[in-house]
Amino acid sequence: MHEMGIALQIIDIATASIPPDMRSARVERVNLKIGKLAAVVADSLRFCFDIVSKDTPLAGAELAIEETPVVARCKDCDARWTIVEPVFTCTACQSGALEILSGRELDIVSIEIAQEESHETGGGQ
Amino acid sequence: MKPVEGNKSTREVKVVTRVLAVNERMAEQNRRRFAEKGVFVINVMSSPGSGKTTTLQKTLERIMPGIRAAVIVGDVSTTHDADRLAVTGAPVVQVNTDAFGGDCHLAAHVIEKAADAIDLDAIDLLIIENVGNLVCPAEFDIGEDARVVVLSVTEGEDKPVKYPTMFRLCDAALLNKIDLLPHLDYDKAQAVGYIQQVHPGMPIFEISARSGEGLEAWINWLREKIRVKLAARSK
Ligand SMILES: Nc1nc2c(ncn2[C@@H]2O[C@H](COP(=O)(O)OP(=O)(O)OP(=O)(O)O)[C@@H](O)[C@H]2O)c(=O)[nH]1
Ligand SMILES: [Mg+2]
Ligand SMILES: [Zn+2]
Repeated sequence: MHEMGIALQIIDIATASIPPDMRSARVERVNLKIGKLAAVVADSLRFCFDIVSKDTPLAGAELAIEETPVVARCKDCDARWTIVEPVFTCTACQSGALEILSGRELDIVSIEIAQEESHETGGGQ
Repeated sequence: MKPVEGNKSTREVKVVTRVLAVNERMAEQNRRRFAEKGVFVINVMSSPGSGKTTTLQKTLERIMPGIRAAVIVGDVSTTHDADRLAVTGAPVVQVNTDAFGGDCHLAAHVIEKAADAIDLDAIDLLIIENVGNLVCPAEFDIGEDARVVVLSVTEGEDKPVKYPTMFRLCDAALLNKIDLLPHLDYDKAQAVGYIQQVHPGMPIFEISARSGEGLEAWINWLREKIRVKLAARSK
């Protein structure tokens, strides 16, 4: 439901991450890692992103979303497993003392920026 | 990244940042500020209409003035809840999130501003009634010490398994409107079982905000939490 706010944050963070020598460049893709437990609806995020990215270096960029599974570790017996059903007890010893190792991420991993190999940048690295 | 078609190529720049990092930093700032003032902060969340405001009214009536409390209440619009809570005599700040884009949750910067209107030196307890929503408030830390979810018996028994993040995040659950049980087919044992399945060991208080039944146990839990925080301050 707060996908609009998330889209705005992504644009802020991505824009600030464009290297100084590429300020006029266009971001082609944003790589995101989103946990299954993070309350984000991918279609809704893309829809919002397309609207708010207009007139920014991210206009037209693709949101590449890697969905991470919910992985838990038991603090009592150290078992690790992937949670599929909403049951948060250890599958090995029934303990309820769990640590959630992944599944709540909402991270920007990287951005991919288009490089025009024009006469200006052609010689650079 | 590999060059693509013709004279175009892409360069990948590592970012590795939490998208909500700005909110998280602000929440930590709020938490430090409340800790310095020795104020215990509780974030109360639920679906719309589960009885947050009614429960808080009844709670305030019972704990004040022994515990000096203030309330920040978030709604998308209207000041109805603030008006109801102000009757208890507690200072109340209403936040309407439509000024912030109709947000479905309170964010840390909203609490930072709202707290400016409260004399933090004059209170022990700050209660934050979040916007009615079981999804989004769970994603936004606001700098609270404890989180409580209210679930009413007029909602489905399976809310905890439909919204596991909220129920895992919270430190206690209030199962409200138990005065209505004789009129409903509600399977209370199943609801309690679902809560324990997603958050083993979480305290569950069965209450009726209307009749006052069960409120003592919940209030004792809250008092103990406040006592521990105040003890930490006087050290
Ligand atoms: N029967 C009964 N009704 C209750 C109880 N607690 C609250 N209500 C009623 O439920 C309705 C919603 O209560 P509120 O306290 O406004 O709920 P809320 O969670 O603050 O609602 P929002 O802030 O709009 O999300 C009101 O009509 C209350 O009178 C209860 O214990 N029993
Ligand atoms: Mg309310
Ligand atoms: Zn185990």
